[in-house]
Amino acid sequence: MEKRKQKIGLFLALPILLGTLVFYMVPLLITIWYSFTFGAGGTNFVGFANYQRVWANQRFQLALINTIKFLGIGVPSILILSLGLALVLNRTFLGNSFFKLSFLFPMMVPISSIVMTVQFLFQDFGICNQLLQAMGLPTQRWLNSSWAFMLLLLLYIWKNAGYNIILLLSGLKMIPEDYYHHADLEGANRWQKLHYITLPMLTPYLFFALVISVLNSFKSFREAFLLSGNSPHDSIYLLQYFINNNFENLNYPRLSVASVIFFSAILIAVLLLFILQQRKRDDIYV
Amino acid sequence: MFKQKKRTIVVIRFLCLSLLALIVLFPVLYTILYSFSSPEEVKNQYLLLKSSYVQRSFSLFPKQFSLQSYYEVFLATPNYLIKFWISLCLCSAIVVGQLLISCLGGFAFAKYTFFGKRVYFFLLLILMLMPIQVTLLPNYIVLDKLHLLGSWWALCIPSIFSPFGAFFMTLIFQGIPNEIVESAELDGASTLQILFGILVPTAKTGMISLAILTFIDSWNMVEQPMVFLEAIYQYPLSVFLASVLEQNAALQFVCGILGLIPVTLLFGFFRDELIEGISISGMK
Repeated sequence: MEKRKQKIGLFLALPILLGTLVFYMVPLLITIWYSFTFGAGGTNFVGFANYQRVWANQRFQLALINTIKFLGIGVPSILILSLGLALVLNRTFLGNSFFKLSFLFPMMVPISSIVMTVQFLFQDFGICNQLLQAMGLPTQRWLNSSWAFMLLLLLYIWKNAGYNIILLLSGLKMIPEDYYHHADLEGANRWQKLHYITLPMLTPYLFFALVISVLNSFKSFREAFLLSGNSPHDSIYLLQYFINNNFENLNYPRLSVASVIFFSAILIAVLLLFILQQRKRDDIYV
Repeated sequence: MFKQKKRTIVVIRFLCLSLLALIVLFPVLYTILYSFSSPEEVKNQYLLLKSSYVQRSFSLFPKQFSLQSYYEVFLATPNYLIKFWISLCLCSAIVVGQLLISCLGGFAFAKYTFFGKRVYFFLLLILMLMPIQVTLLPNYIVLDKLHLLGSWWALCIPSIFSPFGAFFMTLIFQGIPNEIVESAELDGASTLQILFGILVPTAKTGMISLAILTFIDSWNMVEQPMVFLEAIYQYPLSVFLASVLEQNAALQFVCGILGLIPVTLLFGFFRDELIEGISISGMK
């Protein structure tokens, strides 16, 4: 009986296991293999030679620095903003659910639907520059200067903050009211409550929001691509661009090395964060 | 005195949030606004954006109301609607396929024990974190070997097998008590009867939210069509619009509306399920 159940379980899991094997696992292994080999079809094993070459490549360095910058600025900003808005929206007041839905809606919007609006707003003679000019301020080349980076960041926050807000709101709902009543009785002020009750209780949710935000940041390639095509301004030349452009040059080893570095960095980061979060959680419940 | 202060705070909060909501919704509202402008006007405006000759005449808002663009996109030329419906079919196929596979997988991971289960689940989690670009090239090779390249199957089939979907359904099925499954087993229900007769109806909310998340993801697909398809005319709506931005400038706003319709309808009808689904995804 037990044996039979095991078989059924494996049988049910088989489609997803086979599918992920073919379309995720095997490709991942091919990528890793390509990163260590040279020549058509990856025939010659060359050890870390590809890695050394890519590491020294200037475009790669640029892409890496930009990606780290994007994560370093984008993820903290989106988390702080989402947390702030979640704290505000956690109370009931007029229009509450309307605001929640408004902030969530951008996640549904296909970037191709608003690409024209973005052009109207930020092209050289677009609305933003017209307004600046009307106020007597210097105009900017938003899409073709280092401002493009800020723009991409803005789009990233615009698109993804809603998800985080909803996530954190659901976390806030899980904190028992009693804790706050107790704190009130002890005379705790608002910041103390935030620091000693809300944030610690919210840690698992913040962790998940962090992971999701990091993952979503890699989807920003879509925005970048739809804004400026295959030749973006240097400030938004992200790792994804590096991978994509090398795909078009058919430079497989280089592309694979970048991919492997990219993915390992994500895994290490998530793992570290996870360990950190577990430790913090243990601290609370000891 | 105290009450008055509180009231001021409430009003200020409301105004700030309203302003923020307006900013957030602005791109969409602006798209809607300009979709009611004539194609010529949009085209002219678009040209003005890049040239400095007559920059004064660029205006913030459309000057004349016209349904011409809607007429062009919805009635005069069938191309846009055809693309719309085909994209919709593609996304629906992905959603249905992924739900089915994810349900089976989630059922197995949530309610059964089998050899290597923990390892498999851990691998799914890791693959979930993998950005799409990492395996774009080898996926190209795999799809080439399977002779799927250049057709829409190349977009559809890999998307059906989603580690996130399986993970999500596992979470949801774990939330359903084991006793329900066990008592159904005692009553002699078959495995599939339990899954589709009991678990799926119970997990309806979760499934709807997974369906929406998957739909958005495939409706906004950009990387895969660019790599796996050969010709621009094959592109689904999401990339096609951006690829023909220059030529299509005059009708771009209405085409944008076309892209907004399905997601807005989904959002309108299933917003509660979506919110619930996002909340569930955080509870691991």
